[in-house]
Amino acid sequence: MKIRLDKIVKTFDTFRAVHGVSLDIGSGELVALLGPSGSGKTTILRMVAGLEYPDEGAIFFGEENATDIEVRHRGVGFVFQHYALFPHMTIGENIAFGMKVSKTRRSAAEIADRVADLLRLVQLDGLKDRFPAQISGGQRQRVALARALAVDPKVLLLDEPFGALDANVRRDLRRWLRKIHEELGITTLFVTHDQAEALDLADRVVILDKGRIVQTGTPEEVCRAPENAFVMNFLGDANRLKATVTAGRASVNEVLFDATGVPDGAAELFFRPADVIWREDGAGIPAVLLRVIDRPDSKRILAVTADGQHVEFDTAPEFPFRPQSRGTLEILRPKVFAAAF
Amino acid sequence: MARRILPGLPLSLGITLVYVAVIVVLPLGALIFKAASLGPADYWTIVSSDRAVASYRVTLLCAAAATAFNLVFGMALAWVIVRYRFPGRRFVDALVDLPFALPTAVAGIALTTLFASNGWFGGALSALGIKVAYTPIGIIIAMAFTSLPFIVRTVQPVLEELDGALEEAAQTLGASDGEIFRRVLLPQLLPAILAGLSLSFARSLGEFGAIIFIAGNQPYETEITALLAFIRLEEYDYPASAAIASIMLLAAFLMLAVTNILQTRALRYTVKG
Repeated sequence: MKIRLDKIVKTFDTFRAVHGVSLDIGSGELVALLGPSGSGKTTILRMVAGLEYPDEGAIFFGEENATDIEVRHRGVGFVFQHYALFPHMTIGENIAFGMKVSKTRRSAAEIADRVADLLRLVQLDGLKDRFPAQISGGQRQRVALARALAVDPKVLLLDEPFGALDANVRRDLRRWLRKIHEELGITTLFVTHDQAEALDLADRVVILDKGRIVQTGTPEEVCRAPENAFVMNFLGDANRLKATVTAGRASVNEVLFDATGVPDGAAELFFRPADVIWREDGAGIPAVLLRVIDRPDSKRILAVTADGQHVEFDTAPEFPFRPQSRGTLEILRPKVFAAAF
Repeated sequence: MARRILPGLPLSLGITLVYVAVIVVLPLGALIFKAASLGPADYWTIVSSDRAVASYRVTLLCAAAATAFNLVFGMALAWVIVRYRFPGRRFVDALVDLPFALPTAVAGIALTTLFASNGWFGGALSALGIKVAYTPIGIIIAMAFTSLPFIVRTVQPVLEELDGALEEAAQTLGASDGEIFRRVLLPQLLPAILAGLSLSFARSLGEFGAIIFIAGNQPYETEITALLAFIRLEEYDYPASAAIASIMLLAAFLMLAVTNILQTRALRYTVKG
C-alpha cells in the first residue's frame, strides 16, 4: 500500500507541531521518521494512523483519501512506544484481540491457528498463556508487533519501537524487524530519535526538524550528502568552524575550501572527527593539541585552532599524543553551509 | 540480623495490635459472648423470628438495590470527573464526599423533608402516584445517599491511572467504543469496582441514622435489622439484641470474604513469575 501525505498541518493549541509536510512512501518501503523530540515525527505517525486528524492537508492510502477515515476502519497496525499491551489478557489473548473484535467472523480454531502462527513468527512459542507483566521488555515488543500484524494491516506504524530497551536487545530486534519486513513486505513507517537505528533499519530516512522535513533520502544519501547544517549535526558528531565565503570559496584561518553554491558572507565549515589528518607541519589549519580521550578502537583528540575554535578528531590508538604540541589539521570531506542565525 | 530500613518494628507492631484488639476485637468479642449466653434454641428462635427475617429481607434487598444504583451512578460520576474538563469539576469532585462529612441523621431528616408527600420531590412524585417516604424506596434512597462516595472514590484513582494508549491500541485493532469499554476498561476497573461495591453494600447494611427518619419503621415492612437490634436494646433485652447483631456481623464477614476472593481472581494477571 502506497502512502502519500499532502501538505499536512497540525497545531496543538498555540503550538504548530507540523508545518505543511508532504511525503510519498512506496508500497513495501521501510521508512524512518528521524528527528529530535518536538520535531513532529510522532504527530505525523499518529495522523497516518488516524489517532490525530490534520488541520490542513490530506493523507492518501493508495488512491483513496484516508484523511477522515476513523482509526478503527483505517486498517493500520500500530506499535506503541510502551507497547500498550492489555495487562489483563494473556499474550495469546492480546494477539487475538483484533481478530475477536473484527467484523469478519472467525471461528475459535481459526483464531487459535493464527495466534500460533504469529507467535512462531515473533519467536515466542510457548509464551501464549503468560501475562504481559511476566515477560521481558524485548518480548513485550514482539508481542505488540504480533498483535498489530494479526489484523493484516495495510500499513505498519511503529512509535519509537526500541526506545525502552537495552542497547544489545535493541540491536538484535532491529535486525529481526528488518528480516520480518523482508518476509512480509508490508509498508512500514517508524519513528525514532536515534540516528543509528534509522540508518541501520530503513530503506529511506526522513529527517525532521521543528515540524518540517529537512532532508529525505537513503541512509547513504543523508550520510554522504547532508543538505544542511541540521542534518550534518544530527546524524553524528560534527566539528563546526566559522568561515567566510567569497566567490564560492570558504576561508578558515586563511585556508580555502570549496563552497560552490554557498552565498558570500558568514558561513560554517563542518567535518566529522574521523575526517582529520594531523601533521606536525604542512598545509592545513594551524592548531594546538589539548587533551586526549581513550576509546576502545581509537583516540579522540581535543585541539584548539590558532584563532581559538575547538576541534575534536579521531586517530589510531597508537597516536603519540603530547599536550601543547603544535601542528596542522588537514580536513577531508568538508561541508560548507551558510551560517544559521 | 538484617538491618531494617525503618527502626521500631516491635514498638509499632505492638501498638497496632493492642489498638486492633481494644477497638475492634474486644467489642465484637463481647457481642458474640453476649449472644452466646443464650442457649442454641433461644438463639435460633430470636434470629429466625418472622419479624427478624422480614428485617433481613428489607435490609438486604434495599442494600442491594442502593448498591446497584450506586454502581451505575458512581461509575458515571467517576468517569465524568476523571475524563472531562468542565467548569465546576472540582466542585462536583468535592461534593462527592459530602455524604461522608454530613451526620447521617441530618441526611435522614433532609431526605425525609424532601421526599415527604408535602416536600419538594415527594409532592411531585406523589402526583405521579409514587410514594417514597415511609416505604422501602425511601430506605434505598437513604442508603444510596450515604454510600455514594465508596464507588466513586475507589474507581476514580484507577481510572486516572489507566494508560490512554490501551484504548488507542484497541481502536487501531478495530474495536468499537462498546468493545473497548467491555473488553479493555471494565476488566481493569473490576477490582476497584468490587472493592467499592463491597464497601457500599456493607455501609448500606449498617446504615441506621439516615434510614430511621425516612423509613417509617413499620415492622415486617420498613424495619431494618439495625433498628430491630436497637429496639431490643431499648427493651433491655441485651442477649436478643446481640443475637440479631451477630447475624449482621456474620453477613458482613461473608460478604468481605467473597469480595476478597473475587478481587484476587480479578487481579491474577498482576502476579509476576
